[in-house]
Amino acid sequence: MEIGPIIRALLRNKLGAILIAAQIAFTMTVIINAVFIINERSRLMARPSGLDEANIFHVVNIGYGDEYREDQVVADDLDLLRQLPGVVSASSINAIPVSGGGSSTGIRATDDPDSASTPTAIYRADERIFDSLGVNLVAGEYFTAADMRTRDEPGETIADKAVMSEALANELFPDLTTNEVVGRTAYLPGGVPIQVVGIVERLQAAWPTASFVENSIVVPELYLDSFTRYIVRTEPGMRDSLMIEVEELLASQPADRVIRDMESLEQTRESSYRIDSAMSTILLVVIVTLVFINSMGIVGLAVFSINRRRKQVGTRRALGATRPQILRHFMLENFFITSVGVVIGAVLTIALSIVLTTSFNMPTMAWYYTPVGGAVLVLIGQLAAFGPSARAARIAPAIATRSV
Amino acid sequence: MFFYYLRLATLSYKRNPILSTLMVLAVAIGIGAYMVVFTLNYTMGGDPIPHKSSQLFHVQLDSGDPDRDGDPPKQLTYIDAMALQQAGRAFRQTASSKLSVIVEPANPEIRPFSVIGRGAYADFFTMFDVPFLYGQGWGSQADENIEQVVVLSRETNERLFGGADSVGETVVLAGMNFQVSGVLDNWDPVPKYYDVNNGPFDSGEALYIPWRHTVESSLPRTGNTNCWKPLEGSGEQAFLNSECVWIQYWVELRNSAEEEDYLSFLNAYTNEQRQLGRFQRPENNALFDVQEWMIEQEVLPDETRILSVLAAMLLAVCLLNTIGLLLAKFLGKSAEIGARQALGAHKGSLFVQHVIEAGFIGLLGGLLGLVVAHFGLEGIKILIGDQLMMTEWVRLNIPVVLVTIVLAITCTIVAGIYPIWRACNVNPAIHLKTQ
Repeated sequence: MEIGPIIRALLRNKLGAILIAAQIAFTMTVIINAVFIINERSRLMARPSGLDEANIFHVVNIGYGDEYREDQVVADDLDLLRQLPGVVSASSINAIPVSGGGSSTGIRATDDPDSASTPTAIYRADERIFDSLGVNLVAGEYFTAADMRTRDEPGETIADKAVMSEALANELFPDLTTNEVVGRTAYLPGGVPIQVVGIVERLQAAWPTASFVENSIVVPELYLDSFTRYIVRTEPGMRDSLMIEVEELLASQPADRVIRDMESLEQTRESSYRIDSAMSTILLVVIVTLVFINSMGIVGLAVFSINRRRKQVGTRRALGATRPQILRHFMLENFFITSVGVVIGAVLTIALSIVLTTSFNMPTMAWYYTPVGGAVLVLIGQLAAFGPSARAARIAPAIATRSV
Repeated sequence: MFFYYLRLATLSYKRNPILSTLMVLAVAIGIGAYMVVFTLNYTMGGDPIPHKSSQLFHVQLDSGDPDRDGDPPKQLTYIDAMALQQAGRAFRQTASSKLSVIVEPANPEIRPFSVIGRGAYADFFTMFDVPFLYGQGWGSQADENIEQVVVLSRETNERLFGGADSVGETVVLAGMNFQVSGVLDNWDPVPKYYDVNNGPFDSGEALYIPWRHTVESSLPRTGNTNCWKPLEGSGEQAFLNSECVWIQYWVELRNSAEEEDYLSFLNAYTNEQRQLGRFQRPENNALFDVQEWMIEQEVLPDETRILSVLAAMLLAVCLLNTIGLLLAKFLGKSAEIGARQALGAHKGSLFVQHVIEAGFIGLLGGLLGLVVAHFGLEGIKILIGDQLMMTEWVRLNIPVVLVTIVLAITCTIVAGIYPIWRACNVNPAIHLKTQ
């Protein structure tokens, strides 16, 4: 192997090599961290909400005027909606999971007000809600129409039964199995006791970024404040036509009301995660750009450095070096340069990752990102260097004799 | 001489078009990407009201849960907001909060619709320098008497009155007749500094009414409401008496003496409340001016902060690239430099010549960078969409354009210093020999 001469030749023209190595180092830092951020965001976006997302839409109904009787209107509307062909179930609910807006509260396993409370989303909905959401019951049962309470003033919850997500049940009662939590009493703020009658496999909170996104509790309660949200689950394929139909149907009802924010759950989810997907796209563009610039830089400098050494190459060829040997010389040269860049890059990558973790609340990067990223960059370097090196290998030995 | 060197620079560009174009591209991409992020940071983290941002203060009263460590509440309770408003100790002051309002247009052709409005005091409009198209805000007697007056946004006026001067007209809000006292001109401060708790990049409210309607006419409140303590009893009054925070409170104080006075007034107030059993946390009252409040509330999203780190590194890669390419280019024309030196050019003029050549590349890169930045911003606007937040401001503006050009030229010249130095120090004899 001709490693010694390659290194010595490199050292005679350090600057070009240093520039390439530095570029590789920075590129590696950006690319690996960007890929990590993209993966992290897609992981967040892929979390299931627990709902039958493809077949659900929701709409807001706001009543006005002295004539408006909210409890009557809501009951009539839901009757009407449930009778529509293609509707599986319809309910009223105060907030939509993953939508970004809703209510949260703190819940305790004991009635001691000094004990630690667990943060959770709280949904107020009717007894049909579980069918309307399409969630899976894993223990106990759902609450029934007899458990429904109606409240028309601000205040604490007046319902006395609840269904919670398995994540909340396990966090609240860490010593019990999911089945054992059924029948237990939990306490809402103000010491309001509430009996856990059922547990669903999964029901996300309204805020995708919340630390307690998997914690939720549903209470059988209708709060009359002239603002009602209906959630409707349809047969597969019927959602879009029903959205139009329902909007017209509600608007044509006699009560004084405004219908707004008709949206499918898929649209809601898309806009909740819009910033994450935008960020991923931007980072992808950054990665592609960087790879492009780097390859151009490597090609540019390789062509230049080879052109400056045409005579040396010619001389080596004249002295008996074969074409593969010349090719190997320049490929190895590139390999050394990128390797140095990758080693520096690994240090920078880890440093940036630590900065991102500490100042932006991001999880720690898995160990394999750095070596895999480094290997990919070495490969890209070799690919970029191949063209110029192959051209160098074609330099005729005769060139050594010209214009010396 | 300058123009002669400029002509040499264009000739040199043509002689080596691929290398030169690569350089221009590298500068354009690096600078363009940096400018996209710079624009985001410049506006999102900028000063929305530069001429008086240091005189407007968000009031923080730490009425939080004494049993738990945590940030002080970001808003005020009803009790505290009313106490401050009644004391009226600041030069100007306003409580404000969001409302959901049903508008019933006089024209039966237009269906009633619901909008997000804001309850505010008369000072709101003068404090925040709100621009009016027609009429003006209401007077402070309207606040006291809870008069039914309304200020419409330009868009709402467009919708209700087709954009005509509607001052004095009547608008039916939540079943009550309100008289229009003024119509705003376009007003969408970015960030929406007077209420960063409810979407700092949301557009402004559709209409404004005297704040006390929120309670006295029991209009539906909307926006962030946070309660650490359960309500005592139920009903509207229980909510108003509670420790729930939901009101934004701003004061205008003209100098640091007023600021000190106001802070000691706040401390006296919370001390008095402490006797009554409230404010059990250690005293932590504060006044934040607009800029301080934006920083305290971390209005600038994590995403743009992460992107600025990455964009800076991208720019570094592009400049390293440029150094390499400039080196290749300048050393490639050693023969020409040798000839010029042999003909009597001294190093100073060679230096100037190459600085101009590098600057020329930088200028081209900067101009192309503007195109890159323009499309980058348009792309981001499409990615964010127009429903999530206001995006009208996501575009190139004069300061950014100027910074781009200057930065591109400076960066390229700085990147060129070593290549230029090498170029000025070639040994003419060697290069003349091979000609």
